[in-house]
Amino acid sequence: MSDFPRWRYYLVAVVLVLGILYALPNLYKPLQAVQVSAAQSGATLDPTVQQKITTALQAAKIPYVNESLKHDTSRGDYVLIGFDNGDLQKNAADALKTALGDSYTIAFNLESTVPSWLTAIGGRPMPLGLDLQGGVRFLMAVDQDDVIDKQENRYTQDITSLLKDKKVPFVSVARNAVRGQGVIVVLNSAADRATASDAIATEFTDLAVTDGTNTGDRYVLNAVLKPDKLRDLQTNAIRQNLSTLGNRINALGVSEPVIQKQGEDHISVELAGVQDPAEAKKVIGATATLEYVAGIGDLRDPAVQDAARTGNIPPDAHLYYGTEGQPYLVSKNIIASGDELVDASSGTDPQSGTPSVNVSLNSAGAAKMLDFTSNNVGKPMAVVYVETTTDTKIVDGKEVRTPKTTYKVINYATIQGVFSNKFQTTGLGTAKAASELALMLKGGSLAARMDIVQEGVIGPSLGQDNIDKGLKAVLLGLGLVLIAAAIYYKLFGLVADVALFFNLVILVAVMSLIGVTLTMPGIAGIVLTLGMAIDANVLICERVREELRNGSTPLAAIRAGYEKAWATILDANVTHLIAALALTTMGSGPIKGFGVTLLIGILTSMFTSVTVTHAITALIHGGRKLKTLSV
Amino acid sequence: MEIFNHNSNIHFLRIRKFSIGIAVLLMVASIALLATRSLNYGLDFTGGVRIGVTYDKAVSTEDVRTALTTGGIDNAVVQSVGGTREVDIRFQPKDDKKYAGPEGKAPNLDLIANDVAKALQASRPDAKIGSRDYVGPQVGEQLRSDGVTAAIFVIIGIGIYLWIRFERRFAIAALATEVHDVLVTLGVISLVQREFDLTVLASVLAVIGYSINDKVVVFDRIRELFRSSRKADPEEILNRSINSTLSRTIITSLFTSIAMAALFFFGGPSVHGFAITMLIGILIGTLSSIFVASPILLWLGVSKKDLMPVTKENPELARRP
Repeated sequence: MSDFPRWRYYLVAVVLVLGILYALPNLYKPLQAVQVSAAQSGATLDPTVQQKITTALQAAKIPYVNESLKHDTSRGDYVLIGFDNGDLQKNAADALKTALGDSYTIAFNLESTVPSWLTAIGGRPMPLGLDLQGGVRFLMAVDQDDVIDKQENRYTQDITSLLKDKKVPFVSVARNAVRGQGVIVVLNSAADRATASDAIATEFTDLAVTDGTNTGDRYVLNAVLKPDKLRDLQTNAIRQNLSTLGNRINALGVSEPVIQKQGEDHISVELAGVQDPAEAKKVIGATATLEYVAGIGDLRDPAVQDAARTGNIPPDAHLYYGTEGQPYLVSKNIIASGDELVDASSGTDPQSGTPSVNVSLNSAGAAKMLDFTSNNVGKPMAVVYVETTTDTKIVDGKEVRTPKTTYKVINYATIQGVFSNKFQTTGLGTAKAASELALMLKGGSLAARMDIVQEGVIGPSLGQDNIDKGLKAVLLGLGLVLIAAAIYYKLFGLVADVALFFNLVILVAVMSLIGVTLTMPGIAGIVLTLGMAIDANVLICERVREELRNGSTPLAAIRAGYEKAWATILDANVTHLIAALALTTMGSGPIKGFGVTLLIGILTSMFTSVTVTHAITALIHGGRKLKTLSV
Repeated sequence: MEIFNHNSNIHFLRIRKFSIGIAVLLMVASIALLATRSLNYGLDFTGGVRIGVTYDKAVSTEDVRTALTTGGIDNAVVQSVGGTREVDIRFQPKDDKKYAGPEGKAPNLDLIANDVAKALQASRPDAKIGSRDYVGPQVGEQLRSDGVTAAIFVIIGIGIYLWIRFERRFAIAALATEVHDVLVTLGVISLVQREFDLTVLASVLAVIGYSINDKVVVFDRIRELFRSSRKADPEEILNRSINSTLSRTIITSLFTSIAMAALFFFGGPSVHGFAITMLIGILIGTLSSIFVASPILLWLGVSKKDLMPVTKENPELARRP
């Protein structure tokens, strides 16, 4: 017994018990459930809604397992109704959609059946990947050129107004024809150029200003975004798009969407349980933003009627149409845009009692808004909703993308007073109109355009099929290796078998605790881990046999076997860990899932095949006089 | 139970010219195969549309193809996956005017799936659409470069570790064998034109991890024997190391292969590629551990001196007469 200290027995026992506890939740099969949540801020969830749900289900004769109101601080309240199978779930969702109307969102979800005492100690099953439960997956590329375009356009405008402010005469301010090459400012004299250069450099610290080559009396100045600043902007664009997507998808009512950054500039969205991607695509695919612009005139203005009829639009104006097709003339100068909007919420105007939308802007937007409203009280201001879709055509085997932009005036109101970062839009007619405008304002703030580059739909039956096959492969793989080891190494093989079984248990427990999403490649990783975990025991058993052949006594052979094999096991596993680590750094989802499983599996197998088997071997052979070993 | 004679002393290094020759030949053949036939890249890499269809009763790919053509869908590739009741239909929407529609980047997957379902159900009402995927053309490019980066990262990382733990020559020998294993595995996949998708890529990277495991065990024994034996003839030590780890090398490969075979036969079509690649990789990795890695080590001129634990020279001792 001396070569295996007592504390290690306790360690092994504690780890095994914890492993069993935390692997246990995976044995409880979740119920197919329907989730009901409020679709708009107006609708509330209370026991009367629950009553409505149960009545509707009883009327449709759909048996349900249980039904409960859940409170969630991050997602708001929702009602979850569990069913025995997917067919009932589908029927119930249809029945509830007609019974509850548009004020509530109905989504598919899973309801955990893990007993509360397990949940209380943090036990939870592994979340299942889309390939195991069915759903919709999108991969979107964030258009980095769009980020550059936006910034360069913005600086072109800002530099123009700065030079006007500082009264520096200039010939022109224009974007370089090459994207990413910044803004070209042309001035009349070297002195003007020096003043302008200083002014731009002090005002816009993110720009690197250099003198260009002069031609005649044209003095050129190049203002380019600093590279590190550009990188920051691009990272921020992705971050903002992630959160915007999150908001939009939450509005869809999909339960537990997975929205994450993938690689440098991709975003992947996984919506479990969704079978019709059309609705999701509409929300995701729309790339919309907002512009606050000065209004020039609306339908009542004869000039607008004239412009709409003849198509003669004043040079400083755009002719846009409203939601009901009414024409507006608005200024070309943008006051603030969607990415400067921080929040928008609908409410009631305390003075008039009519529905209103409260908007707040960030500091950059606020400064521009203050500047504009100071000079324009009593004049109109318009909110333009800009939606971009991209046409893709194949010309000569190459892809040609042409963005098509549509503009719509979603609000046209008179400026009542001077304001900056917080203001209110009133006179919206109905509460519904107010909440819709607020949603549009908020949802519109995507920092850069995105294109769907990958899309997949996995049917729910295919998911179940994959689970069944995966489980069968794991159990049979395990079983066959267990039999082979027992035959080849007899008692030592049986000990290794016990360890291998616990390896599976602990691997599942660790994956559940960390919250690793289980996918088909992950299951392949588990089977591979099981096949390779036995390697450590093979090494130990071969060593023990060797020591016995060299004339060691059984106990000495066990001790030497474990000691000598350990160095080899460590080296072999570290190199293997390096390989698994590289797999986890691969951006793509399935490979990552496989790599994470492999990584955890290598670590757990080192514990089970060395420490656990040593403990059992010491327990069996310790304190006895042995003549032979069954190995 | 023992399959291998523990006193085996097969002279593996005597045939080193022969075994290395074959290894080089296999590598050259693999490179040639990859250059000429390339890999049969799957949807993950090529981009396009894939629709998975399941039937209640057996169906032939020929029938599916005919049904599609009758339904007005040309240029589709039909493959059967996992038995006779499941087929994959793949096509490039850009080849088809109807679907290369102008709305947005991605083609209308719903429309395509609907049309396919209609076309198939016209002759076989038991056809059901199980899954559908669209992959954009730029995704594959990204994947390929990610895969290559990961492979290089693995090989260099392992090399550095072996250099530190063992010695430079061991690192070089391991890496050279590793490159051989990956190339030949890819060569076999290219030869049989097995579809190369994401899971197969993962599998190839896992093969690197598996086969380095094998080499390290042999190298470990070489180091041990060099350190413990008084008279160390490198060739004899290397040979003895291979022989005494032979049983372990083969038994572990056998056990892992059993697990992978279970995955292949019961895990369903989505892991077929993974399991078969792993099986190929295990075979190649095992053979190269026995026949390739050690000869390289011998040629690099490994010796007892390189492996002795570095002992600090004691200046006191040196000064004494």
